Order: sequence, then structure tokens, then C-alpha cells
Amino acid sequence: MRIACPLCGPRDLREFTYRGAAKLLDRPAADAGPEAFDDYLHIRENFAGPNPELWHHEHGCRAWLRVVRDTRTHEFLATELAHEGSR
Amino acid sequence: MSRLASGGLIDRARRIPFAFDGRRLTAHPGDTLASALMANGVRLIGRSFKYHRPRGLIAAGSEEPNALVTVGAGAEATPNTRATGIEPYPGLAVFSQNRWPSLGFDLMAINDRLAPLLGAGFYYKTFMWPARSWERVYEPLIRRAAGLGALSGARDPGHDEKAFAFADVLVIGAGPAGLMAALTAGRAGARVLLADEDFRMGGRLNVERLEIDGAPAVAWAAAAVAELAALPNVRLMPRTTVTGVYDGHTYGALERVGRHLADPPEGLPRDAFWRIVAPRAILAAGAIERPIAFPDNDRPGVMLAGAVRAYVNRWAASPGATAVFTNNDDGWRTATDLAAAGVPVTALIDARPGVAPPDGPWRTFTGAVVTGTRGIRALRAVTVRDAHGERSVAAECLAVSGGWNPTLHLSCHLGARPVWDAAIAAFTPAPDAAPGLSAVGAARGAFSTRAALAQGAAAAAEALAALGIAAADQAVPYAEDAATTITPLWRVARTTGRAWLDFQNDVTTKDVALAAQENFRSVEHMKRYTTLGMATDQGKTGGVAGLAVLAELTGRSVAETGVTTFRPPFTPVPIAALGAGGAGRGFAPHRDTPTQAPIAARRAPLVEAGLWRRPSYFPAHGETTWREACDREVAMVRGAVGVCDVSTLGKIDVQGEGAATFLDHVYANTMSTLPVGRVRYGLMLREDGFVMDDGTVARVGPTQFFITTTTAAAGQVMAHLDFAAQCLWPGLDVAFVSQTDHWAQIAVAGPKARDLLAPLVATPIDDAALAYMGCAAADIAGVPGRIYRISFSGERAYEVAVPARWGAGLFDLLVERARPLGGGPYGMEALNVLRIEKGLLTHAELHGRTTADDLGLGRMVASAKDCIGKTASRRPGLSGPERQQLVGLRARDASGRLAGGAHILEPGAKAAAANDQGYLTSVCWSPTLGRDIALAFLRDGRARTGETLRAVCRLRGLDTAVDVVAPPFLDPDGGRLRG
Repeated sequence: MRIACPLCGPRDLREFTYRGAAKLLDRPAADAGPEAFDDYLHIRENFAGPNPELWHHEHGCRAWLRVVRDTRTHEFLATELAHEGSR
Repeated sequence: MSRLASGGLIDRARRIPFAFDGRRLTAHPGDTLASALMANGVRLIGRSFKYHRPRGLIAAGSEEPNALVTVGAGAEATPNTRATGIEPYPGLAVFSQNRWPSLGFDLMAINDRLAPLLGAGFYYKTFMWPARSWERVYEPLIRRAAGLGALSGARDPGHDEKAFAFADVLVIGAGPAGLMAALTAGRAGARVLLADEDFRMGGRLNVERLEIDGAPAVAWAAAAVAELAALPNVRLMPRTTVTGVYDGHTYGALERVGRHLADPPEGLPRDAFWRIVAPRAILAAGAIERPIAFPDNDRPGVMLAGAVRAYVNRWAASPGATAVFTNNDDGWRTATDLAAAGVPVTALIDARPGVAPPDGPWRTFTGAVVTGTRGIRALRAVTVRDAHGERSVAAECLAVSGGWNPTLHLSCHLGARPVWDAAIAAFTPAPDAAPGLSAVGAARGAFSTRAALAQGAAAAAEALAALGIAAADQAVPYAEDAATTITPLWRVARTTGRAWLDFQNDVTTKDVALAAQENFRSVEHMKRYTTLGMATDQGKTGGVAGLAVLAELTGRSVAETGVTTFRPPFTPVPIAALGAGGAGRGFAPHRDTPTQAPIAARRAPLVEAGLWRRPSYFPAHGETTWREACDREVAMVRGAVGVCDVSTLGKIDVQGEGAATFLDHVYANTMSTLPVGRVRYGLMLREDGFVMDDGTVARVGPTQFFITTTTAAAGQVMAHLDFAAQCLWPGLDVAFVSQTDHWAQIAVAGPKARDLLAPLVATPIDDAALAYMGCAAADIAGVPGRIYRISFSGERAYEVAVPARWGAGLFDLLVERARPLGGGPYGMEALNVLRIEKGLLTHAELHGRTTADDLGLGRMVASAKDCIGKTASRRPGLSGPERQQLVGLRARDASGRLAGGAHILEPGAKAAAANDQGYLTSVCWSPTLGRDIALAFLRDGRARTGETLRAVCRLRGLDTAVDVVAPPFLDPDGGRLRG
């Protein structure tokens, strides 16, 4: 697989570390309560198709990326810097 | 079998001596090992996998299932190499496999007599009882009796490489379709990679008697290759097999770089494993001919028809008097080509009634089949049956054509299924089988030369258009455009005897019938039950015939029955090539501390800490064990002063207006209140509430912090901080960078630490100027650096930091100055004892399953602010008496031994999981206390101080009485720290 880092261009998969669902961007407020954090930490859709995900360009520019990857084809449909992503 | 007097793409003027099983033979440049063996009259090349039947060549390319040999001897021997892919060089020594004592006389051939007992699945049915015999008796027995070549077991001294390549267009295969595609793309200026398995590009053009634009096809191919070689934007990769298709337009390829050289230049790799990235790829891999199953069709001399004429046309290697057996027009070419080359053709046997094969000096049979073969270790005659009955036809070689299967394997690597095309009786690649990959020519089921050329040009034009590269129309050269006419014939009916489908794995039509009878009707089940299509061959020749026979037996069409899944690699890739560069230090490189040289000079044994190597202890004269050195070093630190490299700690410089707020978010405790010039212990949680890491935070300026992590978690913490800054609080003005490698950091610990340091530091470091947990920029022995008054030993201690290049000098200086004070260097063993005595934590305790409360640090999770992990850490079940909490354990008797990993039990309790009270994480002999001590996690441990329990380790046979204490074991008030 190759991922098009917005800063570095298309790079080999080995430069990246997979983190999980892009839901991790939406950290609940401090007072949101344990249920909100339980949902944030543990509940995932995990469907076959385009999934928003977080990848870390750890062996590159160290940018965290929000991508949309089709889990059926491994096609990357969108790649952007995590903090620029739609929130 | 012999070399023909003329013809062939070989250099007869030069001779290459080589040896097969010790027999000295001669090849010419241009030969493969296979063609040389044939030209030397060697028919018997191997023994079959299961029955040890004599076997010879059946093919001329990478689909060869029988002729597997071991190249070389000793540690670098490469087993299971196809003779068709080996280029002889002077001194090449190859050996046959799977025979004992010799190829000609193989005692294991008894298996062939036992064949009625050894059908598909026999071992599942036979070797059932007793179950324990499987590993000890049956499996070793079966493995010895059945098998291919063996590795030496010695360390492989060979050198391989990994490489990366990028191209606009990757062309896979350099036959007519591939050459035409590469020419079209190359002439337009695209970056082209042309990869071909063979050392001579041209594919079937090199082995057929064809014409292109009125000239011999061989010449056309050579001219095309020459033109491509001259184009700067084209890279030719002969001897390169594209082995796999992966996501993101990535292709794996194995290039045999130095294997064909007698004396490879120094440093030249044996193999290179390529990762090729190309947005467009053209699959022009050709087709593989398939055999027809009839009794004893595995006898040496029974070959594929296309291979037989390849040996004659390209290598002038004669198979001897040949009969041809075909079910399609292409088989006729073998008869005409052999006759033209002067090889006797005894019969042309066409299974189709009513066809009109070309005339020639042979007997023609139509509507006829071969029902058997005769000969001992080589073919002498075949039995032909037609409407008039059976008769024997003399033949040293039987050239069989059951039709051609497009080499579509790569098109299926991303999950696509091939499509059955009844017109050519073969599977073809599904359209858009893999993104960016298009199949052309024979690989797509278009078997004429003209179609191959046209499709190659068209696919390249399409690729150029997709890439936005302008291209002129290419005229497609004129060439034969024969239609494919074939009547499927998978097995000859109404015969008795074993008829082989998969030669490499010794699978016959009877095995497939047995699978069908026992209801293994799915191709995937049949494959695993019979082993058809397994091992290095993966059913290249026998796969489709096998499933077609299964289809017949189960009353389904071939299309309904389907194929097994094609997975990478297309041909075997040595693990050494896949893992090139990944052995030894390439697998785990060493990280040396800046003080590595002075540590080595003091003969300190090294221990691994992740990739780092750190000194275990510093042996003194007369010491014979590590314990003696460790005890001395501990006493030295407690009594005088010790010097220890701590540069391996993760070090991160954090700056910005938002730095303080950021650290409040990532640390459980509050950092924004830390005054400049002060250091605070920090605890980091994961968002799920468990402890991630600990370390120190020094505020070196109003907006600048310098934080440390444990050695083990440095990388993890850095990624975590990246995540927090970029994903959770992107608005904060904070930037940070790892400085782990930039600073040499050396701990100076002990009651005389200040006496040692003060003369070396330009600024005052008395307790008023630098109190416990203070930090300051300082000039250290003339070098600008920092000094932190922090302690990992419980003693008065400082950590001094200088730029890494000064580390070795500073270490030497400190150790030298420590001597007169009764001090010296100390290593990891003593460091560990010192911190256990003081109850300080490492990743033995912060192992990912402990919470702040477990560690007795629950109050560090600040209530006035949010932090990562705060909410989750307050979940029920993550704190309280039901959990195992950090305690100290002290052996009741000085002689009582403890061990890490031991479990804690009540006195008198049976050593069973149900009675488990906890476990020991860090254990040492405490020279200060004169007994073994441990840090441990004990259920409701903080409430159990004073209890006497047992530490039980069955692995070491320990059952030791221990007293529960509250850590630290030493100086609970910290008086020694503060001085």
C-alpha cells in the first residue's frame, strides 16, 4: 500500500503506523462523563467500505493523517492532515 | 537426445564445464541447465515427491514441475531450483534431490509399489493412533520419505538486497506483446520498466519459427530489445520475475543478479527483491501449456509440445525420436518444427476426429489418444488408440499439448477471479482485475503473434493516455494470426493405471476421483485433500486440468467449479531475498550511548535495553562474579559517589506559549504550576486510564520544558505527544522535538556527589542554589550544558547533560575525579538495585496493565484539570482493594531467595491460580538490607503491610516466606536526597 502524505507525497506503507478509527479525533469534553469516553474509546463501526482512519507518518514527517480507506480494496479515497480534517 | 548439428541461440564456439550429480558435462553460452542436460542426453533429473518415480523435464520455463535441483553445496546450497531457470557457468555443480542412495537407484522407490496404500489423504486415515506418535514417529517418517530438496541448516553466508523502483509503466514479460508495449510506451518518453524471467528477452519469439514483417521473429525481438536498451527512459530487467501484485500499484519482483556468474564481483548480490511502484502495468506474461492425463504420462520423455520445440528451435537440443499428442492446432507446430530441424517425428496423434493435420514424414492419427507409455527410466514407446484399436508407436519423446492456459496469476493477486472462455478452453483474466493492470496477448487468451503485438501496442497507448503522455500511433507489425482451435481433453477415458495431473506433488486422476467420492468437491478442498497445486509449483501445469477433471467427476462445468486462489509469489522467492538486510544487526541495529568508548575501555559487559547497549557492571580487579561488582557499586553510591550514563532516557524539548497547557493535558499531574528552574516527576496515562510512562519535567524557561521518558517508551511517548498536539489540541502554540541523541546525560549519585561536581561546574550548586528537584543551565567543565538535581537512587544526585559529542570526555573526567573520593562508575545492575531499594518504577511495573492507583500514585491524577486518561482512570474496577497494588516484599530470612515472576500466596495455600494473590516484578539482592527484596503487585496490598506471605516460583523451585512492606525500603523521608 502507498499513502499520499499531504506533506511528503506518496510514500510506502512501511513509513506509516496505523492507529485506528478517525473517531479518536473527537475527544469528548472533560465533563462529558464516562459513557461518552466509553463510546470514544471502545465503540467502532468497523464496516466493510470507506472508513475514516488515523495514520501516523512516523518514519517520515511525523504528521498525523486523517484518511478515508476502503477496507474492501485498500484504496485511499482521501488523505489530509488530521487537524485540517472535517471534525 | 543430443545437440543438433546446427541452429539455436547458443554460442557453440565457447564451452562451459559443469557437473550434475558429479558427472562432468558441457554447456554453451545461451543454454539453460535444462537445455544443456537435454543436449547431453540426461533424461532422469529427479525423483517425484511421494512415489519417488523417475522424472525428467516436461517444460522449458518457470512452470517446470519435475526438474528441481540443488545448486551448490554446503551452507550456500539453494535447493528446489528449476533447471529451466539456471544458467550454467564454469564450475556450476548441481545435485538431484529426493533420492537415496542415488538418482538412478532410489530405495524409496518402494513407495511406488505401495501406491495403492498411499492415495490422497492416506496419512490422515492411516497415522491416527496413538495421537502422541504424530510428532515423534509419523511426521518425521513421512517427511523423510516424501519431500524435495533440503536446506543445509547452516547460516547462509550469501548476500542479497532489497531495492525499490518507480516507473510510469511496468511491462511484465518481454514476448511479442510485452516488447510491443514497451516500444510504444518507451518511444513516447514514458519511464518504462520491462521485466522478464528469462536472461534473453523475446519470449516465444525466441523459441518459435515465426516471421514478423517478413523477417525471422528472433531478429525482430533482438532489434526491439536493442532499441529499448538504447532509450534512456527504459530500464530492461532480464532475469526478473514479477512475483506479486499489491495494493497501491505496487509490485514485488525477484531479480537473479549474481546467480549466473562463476565469479561474481565483490558485493554483487545473489538476488535482489524489488518493490516496483507503477501506476500502469501491462501483464504480458504469456501462457503455460498444459498436459493431458493418461496412464504413466509422467515417464521421462513425456513433455509439453511447446517446450519440445523450444528446446529444438532455441537450444538445438534434440529430444530424440518424437511422437506428438495434441488436442489443438498448436501442437502441430511441434511436429513440423522438429521435422524441419531433422528430428525424427514418429507420429502425430490428434485427439480430434475429422481434423486435417499437416502432412509430414510421420504417421498421422486423428480421433486418437495415447493410452499408455513404456520404458524404464525413459520413454521407449507409446500406445495409441483410435477407431481401429490400439498399437504401439516408438518414441523417445512424447510431445503433449492439451492447450494453453494464460499466465494470469498476477491478475488475481488482489482478489479477482478469472473468467472461463470456452472458445479457447481456458481461464482468462477478468477485465479490471487489478487497478492499473491490463493483460495482453497470450496472458489474455489471444494466442496469435499478430494479436499479441496489437494488444501490446493498444494497452501501452491506453496507459499513456491515462498518464497524460502524448504518443504517436504505432504501426502493428505483420505476423501470423492463426485462430485458436481446440477441443478440450483433460484425461484419456477408458484406461487403467495412474494418470498424473500434478507431477510435482504426485497427484493422479484417481486422487481427484477419491476427493470427489469423499465429497471434497470444492476446488479449495480438493486441493488440500489431494495436494494438487501445492508447493513450489502451485499447479502451473496441472491446476486447470485437475479442476477440469473434478468438474467432470462431479457433473459440473469448469466455469462452475472455478479455480483455487492465486496468491503471491508467482514463483518461489528465497526467504533470504525477502529478508535481505534484515538479519543480525539489520534486524536490530545497535544504538550506542555517547559514552560507549570509555565504557568499553573499562571492560564493562553490555546488556541490551531495547536497541541500546548499556554497561551491566564495571568489573574490578579480583572480582569473579557480577554480584560482587554490583554489590560493590551499590555500596559505593550509598557511601561515596557513583557515575552512570543515563543518556538512553527519551529526551524531548517542548516549547511554545501553549507548552505548559499542553503538558497539563498529557501528564496526569499539573505542570503549568512548575516554576522555572524546577523539575517535577510526571506520570502519563493512556486515554483508557492505564499508566503509559513516567519521567521528569524540567522547566528551563517560561515557555520551554525539557521532559524525559523511560528508555523503553521513548518512541511511544513521542508518537503520543504528536497525536495529542496534532489531533486533540491542534490550536495550541506548542512545538517539540526529540533530543534523545543530542544530549549525553550522566548521573552523579551519592553523598559525595556535590563534592565531585562542584569544582567542575562554573555556577554554585550548593543546596541554596540548586535544591533537590532544581535545574539550571550550567557550564560543565567548560562545556555549556544543564544540571538537574534529580535522583534515581535515593541518594543526593545530579544529572549533568552536555552535547553528545562531549559525553565520552565528561564520563572519563567524572570517573577519574570520583576515584579519590572513593567513587567510580556503576552499571545497570547497581542502578536497578538502587532504584528497587528506593521503590522507584521502571517498565517492569509500568507494564501497561497498572493504573496510577495500583502504583500508589492515584493522588497524582490532578482533580482540578482534565488530562488524557483522567475520566477512564476513574472507572469502577481501576482502583481500590480488589486490585493488585504495588508493595515491597522482603525475604523473611537472609537466605530466602526471590525471583521475578514469582507469585504471592497465603501461608499454607495450595499453589493454584485460584489462590493467587499477586506477583513479583522487580527482584534483587539488597546489599544495603542484606537480603532479597522485591517490588510486587499484591491484592489490596497497601492494607496488608506487615503480613507474612509466600513468594512461589515453580520454575525455580522457590517457596520463600516474605514480609509485606511499604516501599521504599530505604530512607522513607528522603533525608538522603535532600542532603
